[in-house]
Amino acid sequence: MNAPAAAQIVSCWSCKGPVATRALFCSVCGAVQGPGTIDHFTRLGIAPSFDLDLDALQRQYFGFQKRLHPDRFASKSSKEKALSQAQATSLNEAYEALKDPLKRAAYLLNHLGHPVDLTACGTINDRELLMEQMEKREALAEATSPDQIAKLAMEAESEVIACQCHISAAINASHLEEAGHLTIRLKYLAKLAEEARAKKTRALRLP
Amino acid sequence: MLLQLHEPGESPAPHESERGLAVGIDLGTTNSVVALARDGATEVLRDADGKGLIPSVVYYGDDGAVTVGADARRMILEAPDHVVSSVKRLMGRGTEDLKTLAGTLPYTLDVAADGGMVRLKVAGRTLTPVEVSADILRAVKARAEEAQGKGVDRAVVTVPAYFDDAARTATKDAARLAGLEVLRLVNEPTAAALAYGLDNAAEGLYAVYDLGGGTFDISILRMEKGVFQVKSTGGDAALGGDDIDHAIAERFLAERHKEHGIESITAGEAKQALAAARVAKECLSGRAAGDWVIEVDGKPSRHAMTRDELESLALPWVDKTMAICRGVIEDAGIEVAEIQGVVLVGGSTRMPLVRRKVRDLFGREPLADINPDEVVAVGAALQAEALTIGSDTLLLDVTPLSLGIETMGGIVEKVIPRNTPIPVAMAQEFTTYQDGQTAMAIHVLQGEREMVDQNRSLARFVLRGIPNMAAGAARIRVTFTVDADGLLTVTASEATTGVEQQVAVKPSYGLTEDEMANMLRDSLVNAKDDMASRLFAETAVEARRSVLAVQAALGADSDLLSESERQDIDAAIAGVDRAIAAGDRDAVTAASEGLEAATKTFAERRMDRGIRAALAGMTVEKLDDALGGE
Ligand SMILES: Nc1ncnc2c1ncn2[C@@H]1O[C@H](COP(=O)(O)OP(=O)(O)O)[C@@H](O)[C@H]1O
Ligand SMILES: [Mg+2]
Ligand SMILES: [Zn+2]
Repeated sequence: MNAPAAAQIVSCWSCKGPVATRALFCSVCGAVQGPGTIDHFTRLGIAPSFDLDLDALQRQYFGFQKRLHPDRFASKSSKEKALSQAQATSLNEAYEALKDPLKRAAYLLNHLGHPVDLTACGTINDRELLMEQMEKREALAEATSPDQIAKLAMEAESEVIACQCHISAAINASHLEEAGHLTIRLKYLAKLAEEARAKKTRALRLP
Repeated sequence: MLLQLHEPGESPAPHESERGLAVGIDLGTTNSVVALARDGATEVLRDADGKGLIPSVVYYGDDGAVTVGADARRMILEAPDHVVSSVKRLMGRGTEDLKTLAGTLPYTLDVAADGGMVRLKVAGRTLTPVEVSADILRAVKARAEEAQGKGVDRAVVTVPAYFDDAARTATKDAARLAGLEVLRLVNEPTAAALAYGLDNAAEGLYAVYDLGGGTFDISILRMEKGVFQVKSTGGDAALGGDDIDHAIAERFLAERHKEHGIESITAGEAKQALAAARVAKECLSGRAAGDWVIEVDGKPSRHAMTRDELESLALPWVDKTMAICRGVIEDAGIEVAEIQGVVLVGGSTRMPLVRRKVRDLFGREPLADINPDEVVAVGAALQAEALTIGSDTLLLDVTPLSLGIETMGGIVEKVIPRNTPIPVAMAQEFTTYQDGQTAMAIHVLQGEREMVDQNRSLARFVLRGIPNMAAGAARIRVTFTVDADGLLTVTASEATTGVEQQVAVKPSYGLTEDEMANMLRDSLVNAKDDMASRLFAETAVEARRSVLAVQAALGADSDLLSESERQDIDAAIAGVDRAIAAGDRDAVTAASEGLEAATKTFAERRMDRGIRAALAGMTVEKLDDALGGE
């Protein structure tokens, strides 16, 4: 318990005194510290989970950015400007990775020690998934009336939501293997849903 | 270092009380505006006649005199080859870009220039767009100084959201030449949103539609409790009212041709025809028809036009902006109906056609209650106040264009996609494609297209010293970093050896450091201000920071010091203060080093105590208390 506590102390670059590795500011001299290498959940001050309250996530993100963004350091020394840029960059990276369900699922599974490769699609399971997707894509390509397209877009959207629910359940039940497969499935579903939505927008635009 | 202009004993840094407040500058294609914010109240700085707009037009006299603004614009008809207007269209442009711009520019270009940045020929001088913009900024700075009765050396300068990296860098260089430190480059629509959001306490999703003389921008933002978050942005850095002027002038000239047969027309006559076209366009915003006179070869001709006719000429351009709007809404991942308001910015949004089209697309009456010519400068002034005095509001912007590098077959691999929140850093790994390849050319590009030659080339550099390996074995990691000004830095390193190279992206169409140094030297007054005071100020800021840090540490832990150790530190602090007061940069550096040496033991004891306390499990929580968001 004690040894890790000591490892969490580093020297503040500004006043050279002790500061916690995870501290954003030195409690003695107030200088902004570097972002360090912490996971995205810790960085945004929320518990690791797939079921995030997106409003709360955004509140945390804004709250941290309000204190760390380079605009707050415009008249500070160049070292402080550079550190604030690094902090704001890390916050953006964390927020982008967590706000999107697909990226969040992949990140969380990796964080839990079960990495998913979103570029891979080699197993039988995936081949089935590909067949299913090809059929749906074909249906979308053939749809011409706005009503048809809107229906397909809605179906795709609800499949995305259903898949997210399954991912959540799998992770909460610690079925990480299954959650990994579902995450790859979500990738394809999300892509299809996006294409359907784009086609719907185009169809509605043309009278 | 570029220049060694600082003489010891010179005291270049003005005292804070003598220093004017930082201003906001809208450096427009057609007009520039400067505004000031004080305690959240904003004011556009005006001339004696109450005019806030400074036409972005520069007259270069044969005697070397430089005139900016309305007086320069009046000279367009009299001495067209001595006047430069719409220079913003050339910012960050290379000679290769001229093909696409040919015919749309009202001035002579130096085509002999070898690659690199465009040069203009004016009154026997050869000028870069950066220098012309610097002349405009000097006039803007002078207005700000007159209004405040103090020197002004800091500003927030706005740029079109759709400006690429080269154009942003060129803008920053121009400010530096004019003796202005750019606190931040802010995107024009974002600045306009800031002015609106603060004025109207707006919340929710908003679109800002900005159609000026030479540029078009559209941004979708979420405004919420003091946060202005850009969702997506798009535009065209070469589309605006100027294009409509051209269409009208062409129409007038075509009508003449029917009457007078084909005439050859001089540059001066062309400028005059464009000026008449612009007057016609602006008049037709207020009335339904009129007629205007142009003159070629001493023979005047009269041309009638109705608003309907103007609108059919303008329609293709306006439709182009509408298509861009749709794309940007799609990029934001939202439906039009979710947008709670559309803000109109830029003089060209006074056209009834534009208002109608915007209303039809967004399904609501657009907002234009803040003067569309001045709203951008007002937002910039608010941001200047936020950056220097402080503020609760926060602007979170995005990259307007994707950034990538060239890979095999002339294909661009994206490293940072467009609409990524900034600041951002992203890396991509590449590998060698030949056995024993020890160098790799890296070509940095900006744009959305797939092929290299369809995108904008920003820079090229070569990473050398890659160890001799089989093809595909080296791991070259290219990192793109975009700062809060939207400016890109690229670093490349080879993972197995750590060979690293860094380039601030600048060369392709920018000024080199040498050219910049020469220009600064040519305007000696500025050179002194710029280099000497900037270097001193930076050193002094850093020295003051370390004094404050030591004082804070003394406040917390002075019990770790003996009386005499404490005296040594106090003496070292006094030394730094003296050196800052004397304005001697080298002395400040030496005194800061002295302070560091005098506090070394103190720092070690503090660390020891901190670690011991942590081992006792006592203070980690306390040290940690700065962690946590709201
Ligand atoms: N009443 C008007 N009707 C139509 N166009 C106008 C009107 N007033 C100004 N403009 C046009 O607005 C453009 C200048 O707008 P501005 O916002 O000042 O441009 P920029 O931001 O490019 O400097 C010019 O093309 C000008 O002709
Ligand atoms: Mg403008
Ligand atoms: Zn400190």
